[in-house]
Amino acid sequence: MDFLGQIGRSILQFLTALGQASLFLLLALLTKPRLKSFRLLLKQFYVVGVLSLPIIVFAGFFVGMVLGLQGYTVLVKFGAESALGQLIALSLVRELGPVLGGLLFAGRACSALTAEIALLKTTEQLDSLRLLGVDPIHRVIAPRLWAGFFCLPLLVIIFNMVAIYGGYWVSVDWLGIDSGSFWASMHHSVDFREDIINGIIKSMVFAIAVTWVAVYQGYVAVPTSEGIGYATTRTVVYASLMILALDFILTAVMFTGLK
Amino acid sequence: MPDAHQKTRSFVAHRIQSAPDKGITTVMTRSDPSHPPKIRMRDIHFSRGDRAIFDGVTIDIYPGKVTAIMGPSGTGKTTLLHLMTGLLKPNSGQIEVNGASITALSEAGLKRVRRHMGMLFQGGALFTDMNVFDNVAFALREHTDLPESMIRDLVLMKLEAVGLRGAQQLMPRELSGGMARRVALARSIALDPEIILYDEPFAGQDPITMGMLVKLIRLLNDTLGLTSVIVSHDIMETVEIADYIYLLSEGKVVAEGTPDHLRHSASAHAEQFMHGKPDGPVAFHYPAPDYYQELMHNDKDT
Repeated sequence: MDFLGQIGRSILQFLTALGQASLFLLLALLTKPRLKSFRLLLKQFYVVGVLSLPIIVFAGFFVGMVLGLQGYTVLVKFGAESALGQLIALSLVRELGPVLGGLLFAGRACSALTAEIALLKTTEQLDSLRLLGVDPIHRVIAPRLWAGFFCLPLLVIIFNMVAIYGGYWVSVDWLGIDSGSFWASMHHSVDFREDIINGIIKSMVFAIAVTWVAVYQGYVAVPTSEGIGYATTRTVVYASLMILALDFILTAVMFTGLK
Repeated sequence: MPDAHQKTRSFVAHRIQSAPDKGITTVMTRSDPSHPPKIRMRDIHFSRGDRAIFDGVTIDIYPGKVTAIMGPSGTGKTTLLHLMTGLLKPNSGQIEVNGASITALSEAGLKRVRRHMGMLFQGGALFTDMNVFDNVAFALREHTDLPESMIRDLVLMKLEAVGLRGAQQLMPRELSGGMARRVALARSIALDPEIILYDEPFAGQDPITMGMLVKLIRLLNDTLGLTSVIVSHDIMETVEIADYIYLLSEGKVVAEGTPDHLRHSASAHAEQFMHGKPDGPVAFHYPAPDYYQELMHNDKDT
């Protein structure tokens, strides 16, 4: 009976936390936009998006190069190395771009968001805002949330472009595959709506999930140095696991049955 | 419009410039029936988890007075300020600020009540992404439609009042602890609140800064007609400026009165705290099993 009770308590705690997090998201999204909010949003675009660019570009380039090398070693055995462009592009736009971009975003931007918000809480800056008659959900949370929603899909698009170039560089300039057949195979096999748009939709779903996790964990963090550490770790772990789980669900819905 | 601005400027400037001449005065007696308390706390019970922080606390804060809430560390003094501002809700009991029951107010109602309150947090709680000027201007920009030229003048006046007009371009990380607290004080009076709450304003300050803060708190209270609540365990400094003191211990108000009254009080709590005795009703030792028994038991185990 104790065991059953414990399961029941855990389920109730989970549902309560989910309810609170959903309410929190709703409050942040229903913020009335003002000119001042737009300035805050621009700043967060810089912090969340622009500052994440170097890691996205660096990782994208190397992922593309590795795909080129690995794909070549397999395809060349069947004399199908001309399909390398197709392999690289489909792998990236359908799966690797959104998933790796999301994981990098969780590690770089989301952890920083959580740590920053938790530190604002620890140093009483959130309470200070409340006492000055300003809702911290509107001023602190909403701009970070919207910035995350918009930045991750853009970063994933950049990741894909750089990675394709990395793959091209290895395949064509290094391994000697014909440039025309590289682009032609990509052009024939990648469908704009089914592959590119679905990949972007994936990145949008990931963006909502990971940014929500990041700002919520920061907001409910225990206001101590230990609490900030735990909250940041939880963000990276939960966000990464959510990306992988959501990727499976989205892939099953979007790509099952496609040729 | 320019005339209205001119008037406001000269009015605020006059209030600040004339501050040093007014001196320290007591404007009314504590229980003046014509002036009801600004803050009334009735039979407050509050707990965190299983630990009871307050067990029936009743406090009145009268207008125009500097009221100190003192007590040993960990008695929940800061929590009491958070209850007064509605940042926390009590388990039971009534809290009224300016006649409004804040325990029953919505977030919008609380926002209205808080417009009349300022709070100086223990660490200053300055916004770390803004410089000193913008920190002080923050509330004015958020809640008024004043032109930037007017906001500039008001901010400079507030900073001049705390002696930091010259530090307006510094970032919070460039300020000493005492300077940060003075900037936070300027920010908390930016909207001319009626009530100002100070959370441990003297903690960790050097003697010069402490003296400066003591003078500032009393001066601002008297010249701007504020109602001040100070939470502190710095006896010397607090007694110097307080009109009335509540002594908290073990979740209750264990003594109250004017500083003179408490200094000569027969209450064991008041005597221990006011004279800094290490042992008394507030025990030096945290509750523990018998020392000898515990040592012997440990020897047997090993």
